[in-house]
Amino acid sequence: MARKITIEPVTRVEGHGKVTIQIDDQGNVADSRFHIVEFRGFERFVQGRPYWEAPVLVQRLCGICPVSHHLAAAKAMDVIVGAGTGDGLTPTGEKMRRIMHYGQMFQSHSLHFFHLVSPDLLFGIDADPAIRNVIGVALKHKDLAVQGVMMRKFGQELILATAGKKIHGTGAIPGGINKCMSKEERDSFLKGADPMNIDKMIDWAQGAVDFFKDYHKKNREFIDNFAVFPSSHLSLVRKDGALDFYHGVLRAVDADGKKILNDVDYQDYLTHVGEEVKSWSYMKFPYLKSIGKKDGWYTVGPLARLNTCDFIPSPKAQKEFEIYRAYTNGKPNNMSMHMHWARLIEILHAAEALKELLNDPDILKDNLVVKGKKKSEGVGLVEAPRGTLFHHYRINEHDQIVMANLIVSTTNNNEPMNRAVNFVAKSNMNGQKEITEGMMNAVEVAIRCYDPCLSCATHALGKMPLEISIVDGGGSLLDVKRK
Amino acid sequence: MKEIKFTIDGKECKGKNGQTIVEAAKDNGVYIPTLCHFEGLKPAGTCRICTVKVGGRNMAACTTPITEGMMVENNILELEDMRKAIIEMLFVEGNHMCPTCEKSGNCELQALAYRYGMMAPRFPYMWPIRQVDATIPKIYLDRNRCVQCLRCVRGITTKDGRHIFGLINRGGKTMIHVDDELAADITERQAAKAMEMCPVGAILKKEVGFVVPIGKRKFDTKPIGSEIQK
Repeated sequence: MARKITIEPVTRVEGHGKVTIQIDDQGNVADSRFHIVEFRGFERFVQGRPYWEAPVLVQRLCGICPVSHHLAAAKAMDVIVGAGTGDGLTPTGEKMRRIMHYGQMFQSHSLHFFHLVSPDLLFGIDADPAIRNVIGVALKHKDLAVQGVMMRKFGQELILATAGKKIHGTGAIPGGINKCMSKEERDSFLKGADPMNIDKMIDWAQGAVDFFKDYHKKNREFIDNFAVFPSSHLSLVRKDGALDFYHGVLRAVDADGKKILNDVDYQDYLTHVGEEVKSWSYMKFPYLKSIGKKDGWYTVGPLARLNTCDFIPSPKAQKEFEIYRAYTNGKPNNMSMHMHWARLIEILHAAEALKELLNDPDILKDNLVVKGKKKSEGVGLVEAPRGTLFHHYRINEHDQIVMANLIVSTTNNNEPMNRAVNFVAKSNMNGQKEITEGMMNAVEVAIRCYDPCLSCATHALGKMPLEISIVDGGGSLLDVKRK
Repeated sequence: MKEIKFTIDGKECKGKNGQTIVEAAKDNGVYIPTLCHFEGLKPAGTCRICTVKVGGRNMAACTTPITEGMMVENNILELEDMRKAIIEMLFVEGNHMCPTCEKSGNCELQALAYRYGMMAPRFPYMWPIRQVDATIPKIYLDRNRCVQCLRCVRGITTKDGRHIFGLINRGGKTMIHVDDELAADITERQAAKAMEMCPVGAILKKEVGFVVPIGKRKFDTKPIGSEIQK
């Protein structure tokens, strides 16, 4: 008999979502959907506010990686105040922002891997849920749990030193930053008592990569065959092709590694990226316009970044990157569970990059802000922990924001997450008489690979370009209504 | 000048003839909370945060002069709760979103709420619909945050003494308005002064948001009144 399975809420992700899976008369998965069931609406209520308020206001849409929104908005406002398109700040302004951002990448990735994902790896995806959680990790793998907590704390302290608060600070302002770092603050990160110093963090990050590689060796079958499907990948890369979380040009590659978006200026993102609305989710579906709605979807995040970049500009992470790329013979990696591997390499790179930044004397200088000729429109992009984050604003002659468009990392991953859910639902549930808790957790494990932040991802209000297609019983299109 | 002796909560104080209770209390190291009061401006007595008891009667300490032998009650439970209630009323009467307000950390209303331990208001939020005026040169006027203290009305004038800010409408619809003609010539200095004078985030100088980092703002490390209280 046909039936519907609902997994609600999806656990160990940020925000609220649910999965529905339709099972047909033969017991096979007919369809599956990952629904985002919360609504945020920041695109609407930032309208009318003064432009300089945006970096502080919009970051409130998230408590996990507010720094990404803070910086993406600040970068858009840099354009508006005439401070260039991401590379026109003073050395202090840019480097302080980079510390804030890389500190955030370090803490957010640590939180995800150690607290949200490690229970699945350490206990198995079909283990008793009473043990398969962060408390279970703390009880049975104390060292690992403590490491996760301390790594997150280190990243949060860096955010505090650059933004003024660990969550929802005010550091980045249009055209720069509102503070430099004091020597005492800097030294606390470089020479802090064990384990709170950058060298220890690099060691721990390397240890986490080694842990995953070892786990991979022992569980190759699971890691390499779980939710594997061809995908395009999109991210910012530095102009020379290096991995860069803070600034760069937009690059996309297809499943075979062919460049389908060739290092374009993100101020023109609307030329390249569109967003589709579907009736069953508050989250939009972005796509590359050159390919079209049906096949133009892409993946963002750690996997995508390591698939698009040419190299990582720090020695230990570059060494790991070479091993990682060699595993797929230099071709894009489309194995969802490898996203964790990529994420851990990024933690290592973030730690190495932070050490370099902390040793840079520019962060102690007080030349903080630059401004030039004002513009009425600006786009700001960063590579947030979960992937490429787009902020786009227009202001009027009175300095009020009149339009905001946010394409959040998780939104970019909407289609891939739905595909991952479908892949796992079909491979685990097709023809099964009984649907176990473990099978349903497998669906959640697929979603967790993407580290989605559902709170961040739903903002359009009132003017969504809704399209309704009317089809007959045979699937032929009868009519299309647009709003 | 004639010295006047009076007491605040039993503490013997000395003041000068013509001083208000707030001014004399300050000279004697006693903090009486104020919001509409601003040093150098003629007192208006609009907010009543400074209410004290004199001879059992409630009096606005910012407008009442001290007199010989006056016995002022300040830190008593009844007044503390009344002051807290006024702060709560001001919060529910407007639309105060501290997390994204530029004045956060420098805001006197927020600082008073912290000092009086306001966790949540006892009154229901009114969520009024108030207009923002962004058309004024150099100034962004956000009436959502206005507490109608009249500091800007009293303090910001042209060289020939004309008021740039004023009140329009009556009763619950009363709001701060700006004289368009006079505001057209407002200087950078006047805009900065207006923002500084505003106890909340209703008047902001355009294009300079959030330049003071967290930790260096007025009330980040010490509660309001600690510069007076001995």
